[in-house]
Amino acid sequence: MSTYVLNLIAVRLLIAALTLLIVSFAVFFATAMLPGDTATILLGQAATPEAVAGLRTAMHLDDPAYLRFLRWLGGFLSGDLGTSYVNNVAVADLIGGRFINTMRLAGITTLFSVPLALTLGITAAMFRGSLYDRAVTILTIGVISIPEFMVATSAVLVFSVYLKWLPALSFANDVTSVWQMLQVYAMPVISLTFVVAAQMIRMTRAAVIDTINTPYVETALLKGASRPRMVLRHALPNAVGPIVNAVALSLSYLVGGVIIVETIFNYPGIAKLMVDGVATRDLPLIQSCAMIFCIGYLSLITLADIIAILANPRLR
Amino acid sequence: MTQSATLSQKFGYRFSWVGMIGLSIMLFWGIIALIAPHIIPHPVGEIVDEDYFGAISSRFWLGSDYLGRDMLSRILMGARYTVGISLAAVSIACFCGVVLGMTAAVVGGWLDAALSRFLDAMNSIPGKLSGLVVVAAVGSSITVLIVTLAVIYTPGAYRFARALAVNINTMDYITVARTRGEGIFYIIRSEILPNITGPVLADLGLRFVFIVLLLSGLSFLGLGVQPPYADWGALVHENVGGLPFGAPAVIVPSLAIASLTISVNLLIDNLPQKIRDRNA
Repeated sequence: MSTYVLNLIAVRLLIAALTLLIVSFAVFFATAMLPGDTATILLGQAATPEAVAGLRTAMHLDDPAYLRFLRWLGGFLSGDLGTSYVNNVAVADLIGGRFINTMRLAGITTLFSVPLALTLGITAAMFRGSLYDRAVTILTIGVISIPEFMVATSAVLVFSVYLKWLPALSFANDVTSVWQMLQVYAMPVISLTFVVAAQMIRMTRAAVIDTINTPYVETALLKGASRPRMVLRHALPNAVGPIVNAVALSLSYLVGGVIIVETIFNYPGIAKLMVDGVATRDLPLIQSCAMIFCIGYLSLITLADIIAILANPRLR
Repeated sequence: MTQSATLSQKFGYRFSWVGMIGLSIMLFWGIIALIAPHIIPHPVGEIVDEDYFGAISSRFWLGSDYLGRDMLSRILMGARYTVGISLAAVSIACFCGVVLGMTAAVVGGWLDAALSRFLDAMNSIPGKLSGLVVVAAVGSSITVLIVTLAVIYTPGAYRFARALAVNINTMDYITVARTRGEGIFYIIRSEILPNITGPVLADLGLRFVFIVLLLSGLSFLGLGVQPPYADWGALVHENVGGLPFGAPAVIVPSLAIASLTISVNLLIDNLPQKIRDRNA
């Protein structure tokens, strides 16, 4: 690997870090704009002025905004996520187990959606223009054009209401057998898979078609290779970079999808925690959850960019 | 392009029939949004059915909701909020994005670099997340929703318009205009804008779809449009309890959203090349 590529990657990582700084700035100030004084909200209307002043000093609320921002950012980086306003529990404790639940949901979805999407995307590109290709294209455009909650509610209607195969609600707490676990995860995973796979199929298909349109693949066709051979042997090796890039980019749709899906199925993850936090205006909790989601999203986007750099043979 | 080229010269733009279907559904919802208060069969807030989650009947064409209110009336009125808020937000987003994008392309230099970097950073916050954070901080009202949605989608519009404007900016006639001593405002308005209008309008349509989806998503979480008003996402949120019975009150608002977003997508996908891809 040349130093040029390493430089490109280093620049990309630097941009990601800078972006994260701007994002954390935005998250902090959006929530710091809250009308009303935090100390008064915490202590209630009946609090004495002395108590409010005491709490203000204790929480450093009288410091200038940039100092509070730096203190908050420093705390976040060292793992101190603050204390929930609502029930006075450390935010890190609230998030802990739920973070694992969300990662598990995202992980299982990835395991299902990637092979499914790659198969459909590559075969659709292989038989471009056929009835099969058009069916796949229309289906993916359909899924992309409708809100995520509609995908999830449709899944409930089909699998729980009409077919009666699965329970409508999901609780990941008391799972004792493999069968129960399948039942609990089935519905959220199916919904999320639809959302993520639709994007992935579209991008994979486009990436493979891009490669098929090159002269050397045309040569393969002209020398008599069958369409599957042309795609799998000649086009695919060169499309691996763009495809992996597409996979990483589509997985970033998990962030939006998981917020809706966890809420619908009552899944105990951080997205549900955050939506509940918004309803009760629990700011430290919201800030931490927002930062976790932004970090996840940014890592996937940056990963996609780095893969695109590494996969470009002209840069090697 | 052989036959249709002559036809389009004769009749202006030619739309494929799929595009026409998209356009008609879009216009249908637009007209409904305008005339809804005059055509609703029952007042939206009034409980008219004895049963809740009522089925489709001759009296209640789309059934009734969780309190026994007429679903048809609520959907017709909901069109006002879904279409109105999204249209307002997308207009602001595209106006700001296009003006900033063209300015950045023409002025260039550090302004362009700073603006691009900042807006790219804003773009890397997922839309739903920004929505949640803003609603948590300042609460939800229709004005807040319009401004938030506009801010979330301005960076995308900026990026698109800037890319187009940078291409135009290298054309000879721009150099001529500069040499003539024209100011930035003139170059933006009279030389660049007319040449990017088509693709920018197509982009506006796509962004409208994103905004409808995000607004519906927020309302579905109960954080968007607040009662007594209800857009289509809020209607699904209110009636989600009817899901286990397959009540029309949950299904119909979802279908309304899907019909709007899919029809806009169909229209944009089938726009004549001349509008969609000019200079793109």
